[in-house]
Amino acid sequence: MGTTASSPRKKVNRIGLELQPYRGRKTTLCAGCGHNAISERIIDAFFEMGIEPSRVIKLSGIGCSSKSPAYFLGGAHGFNGVHGRMPSIGTGAILANRKMIAIGMSGDGDTGAIGIGQFVHLMRRNLPIIYIIEDNGCYGLTKGQFSPTADLGSKRKTGVVNDLPPVDTCALAIELGASFVARSFSGDKKQLTAVLKAALSHRGTAMVDVISPCVTFNDHVGSTKSYAYARDHDEPLGEINFVPYFEEIDIDYEPGSTQVVKMHDGSQLLLKKLEADYDPTDRLEALRVLHETSRRDEFATGVIYVEPDKIDFIEVLNLVEEPLATLPLERVRPAKAAFDEIMEGHR
Amino acid sequence: MLRSAVAAEDAAAKSPAPQVVNDFNIQVATVNGSGSQAANLVLFRSIFQMGIPVSGKNLFPSNIAGLPTWYTIRASKDGYVARKREIDVLVAMNADTARDDVLGLEPGAAVVYDDPMELNALRDDLFFYPVPFDKLIADVCSDAKLRRLVRNVIYDGVLAKLLNISRDQIEMALTKQLGRKVKALALNQAALKSGYDYADEHLTKQDPFVLEPMNQTSGKILIDGNAAAALGAMMAGVTVVAWYPITPSSSLCETLIDYMGKYRIDKETGKATFAVVQAEDEIAAIGMTLGAGWAGARAMTSTSGPGISLMAEFTGLGYYAEVPAVIFDVQRVGPSTGLPTRTAQGDVLSTAVLSHGDTKHLLLLPSSAGECYSMSLKAFDLAERFQTPVFVLSDLDLGMNSWMSEPFEYPTEPLDRGKLLDAETLERLGEWGRYKDVDGDGIAYRSLPGDGMPAYFCRGSGHDSEAHYSERPEDYEENLKRLTTKFDTARDAVPGPVIEREGEGLVGVLAYGSSHWAVLESCDQLNQEAGLALTYCRLRAFPFNGDLTTFIDRCERVYVVEQNRDAQMLSLMRMELTAERIAKLRSVLYFGGLPIDARSITDEILAREGHELAPPNSA
Ligand SMILES: Cc1ncc(C[n+]2csc(CCOP(=O)(O)OP(=O)(O)O)c2C)c(N)n1
Ligand code: SF4
Ligand SMILES: [Mg+2]
Repeated sequence: MGTTASSPRKKVNRIGLELQPYRGRKTTLCAGCGHNAISERIIDAFFEMGIEPSRVIKLSGIGCSSKSPAYFLGGAHGFNGVHGRMPSIGTGAILANRKMIAIGMSGDGDTGAIGIGQFVHLMRRNLPIIYIIEDNGCYGLTKGQFSPTADLGSKRKTGVVNDLPPVDTCALAIELGASFVARSFSGDKKQLTAVLKAALSHRGTAMVDVISPCVTFNDHVGSTKSYAYARDHDEPLGEINFVPYFEEIDIDYEPGSTQVVKMHDGSQLLLKKLEADYDPTDRLEALRVLHETSRRDEFATGVIYVEPDKIDFIEVLNLVEEPLATLPLERVRPAKAAFDEIMEGHR
Repeated sequence: MLRSAVAAEDAAAKSPAPQVVNDFNIQVATVNGSGSQAANLVLFRSIFQMGIPVSGKNLFPSNIAGLPTWYTIRASKDGYVARKREIDVLVAMNADTARDDVLGLEPGAAVVYDDPMELNALRDDLFFYPVPFDKLIADVCSDAKLRRLVRNVIYDGVLAKLLNISRDQIEMALTKQLGRKVKALALNQAALKSGYDYADEHLTKQDPFVLEPMNQTSGKILIDGNAAAALGAMMAGVTVVAWYPITPSSSLCETLIDYMGKYRIDKETGKATFAVVQAEDEIAAIGMTLGAGWAGARAMTSTSGPGISLMAEFTGLGYYAEVPAVIFDVQRVGPSTGLPTRTAQGDVLSTAVLSHGDTKHLLLLPSSAGECYSMSLKAFDLAERFQTPVFVLSDLDLGMNSWMSEPFEYPTEPLDRGKLLDAETLERLGEWGRYKDVDGDGIAYRSLPGDGMPAYFCRGSGHDSEAHYSERPEDYEENLKRLTTKFDTARDAVPGPVIEREGEGLVGVLAYGSSHWAVLESCDQLNQEAGLALTYCRLRAFPFNGDLTTFIDRCERVYVVEQNRDAQMLSLMRMELTAERIAKLRSVLYFGGLPIDARSITDEILAREGHELAPPNSA
């Protein structure tokens, strides 16, 4: 098996890389910020999946969350865009080079407010990208204002109460036709890593909303996005095990107790059911679970919805196999005869 | 009662007009959505086929159906293609505007009109030709629904007869215009014939306007600027196109989509060598363009003023992060409703410095369909060479109207993909910094995702020469200075100003974009009417270079002609030129939303020069 360590001290992954190239620069986010934990899980997931960092493009908008691409996969190509517009940059970059693996980092403000339009349309297009929302219910970088994912009744440190209902990015994504929708918690190491690995094996958009507490502005009593609140109200849909296509299944499970979802690349997602008849490939079911848990003031986590074989935007556009960016001249400039034909048509 | 040319006979009796050959202006006044555009293009094309220089301008409302629209066709033996204000032949099909249309004519004009409107009662100094359109169309077409669509072709027939276009010519133009719509052809031909025959039998030619074959158009093509720009983009090898529909730029991307679907599908696999995305708005369109440009694609978007505003933030990012992008701006009049379908040169300033912080951008200023093509090609090279957004500033007049042009040249130059890092360069440089000026021209080497070269983290204003995050004042200043160096390098790489006319005195005229044609004609008018031979310099790009200052230095004063209220190009020059040179510049501005005409320029310059020069010695 590829992840077997070659020596007990220097762990290498299946492509022979150590963990170091998967790390980024030193974080400048607050100590304890949920976003840092997510960066760590991204490092783990890419390492364990054995993905060459130079094959990755990291994209982001603006916010504390959008700074995080600097803190993982130092050898990857990065583009830190403008507030709320990561989806469009990602769309252009992926269309230019379909061979790259894209991960987009956003915040709940970046996505839920200024960027909601681009979020909506990216979900519709099923662009191949992992879209992560580091969801802290506030605007960290501008010092704690409520964001559109703040729950009704949640309190700021100043005591101000949020009096508008939240946007549920997962429900919205499912409604819009997203093909992989998950929610997790930055504090749930095992689940988040499994979800990220599953996202990496998905074709199309993998939208992952991660509850990621802001220790500086939104981690107090009365906040519904604090660590304490998240731990108490996290409602995992089941235990997730991810078996990548390059590994054998060595997990025992009782038939009927576990649902196996086959991902597009051949990997398998084993979901041990807690909710008796929950089926993450059923869109209505997924929406039902989201609505029911939120009505109970809980949030469901895990892979909420997955449609492994939905065609992605690259296929919709019927693009050639090679990256468009580097097609040679003769493939992008029509021949003289074609040009003459066009001229002739204008006579 | 046969009323043909009743009043005209009177008029003719008063002043027998000498023939006016190949030098007049036709205006067709219709209601939009009535299928008149096809009929107008048939007329336009038939004049072109006769070898007579011709221009056509569609003056249309922002509406799908039911509002007045005018189409003017100017035949000019001297080759003038700017809009001409005076109408010589009016085709009055719109009852709502007919009265004003007729009252606005100069004496001696001809009017073809829909009989029941009885326009001949309005004036007695015009030549009137009533045509019973409804009766004629009823005979041609039994299907009432189709009648509306072919009714206008009748005036093609009438005008062909009156203006001396042969039956063959006009039929050929009709066939060409309908293209593959074979079914419609027979019906249209019948309508054409009925108009021609009616004029033949019932109308007596009284007005002086006639067409005679010339040989001034052979070998030429007819094309609108948007199609030309689209062709340039395809030949430049564009691979990612993101756009959001807006008049007058939509047809640029729509034509491009047609071309690409036909000529850019990989023969072996049947797959596309391009991606076109109709984005959710212009912010997304420019974002996709920049994302693609960053990843190494030749990427573009196309829009008009409102879209430019939305692209502001991203364009600044493109400038600071140094990402290539080509942005076509087919300019139109100001925001929201009102005159979105009218032309202007109103985005010169906003595009030149679009965004916040210290930003300035390369602008290309095409004047013709030919330049819409060649500058479109050029824009992609410049964008990659200078790793920055490049604007191509066309306008509605240039973009949406059909222009005569020499056929374009097939590009023989390879693509200039700019400074891309490769193994050899990396070795030569020893160490690479994404924003390090190693050649002294302000342009650094860039790597692309997937090219095997070192990666970098692309971001906005705050980075050092290694592309690392930095808020140090020294890093920011150094970077801004390098960007200035880069901008200066671009001065001589963009198309420079050209002297279009060598004058005799010390008075110059400066113009750019679609104003060019009116300025050329105005130069002739000024010469003929006042013996004023101006030197005419045409700007083709921003930033300016030494050729502009040389020109200004040669002149005592320079009239800067623009189609905007606030002298935007002059203001831009104010930012770059010395006070002494600025003091020589005077504005001639037109901003009515219609394409600028020569007479407006001539009159203004004459008035201004009247104080400074000896009185004109012309009659
Ligand atoms: C156009 C624009 N408007 C406003 C801002 C200011 N701004 C920076 S980050 C931010 C909110 C970020 O919130 P979120 O996306 O939730 O990220 P977080 O910091 O919470 O991780 C805002 C409003 C900006 N950078 N750009
Ligand atoms: S302000 Fe909040 S979101 Fe930002 S880095 Fe600190 S803890 Fe994280
Ligand atoms: Mg936030």
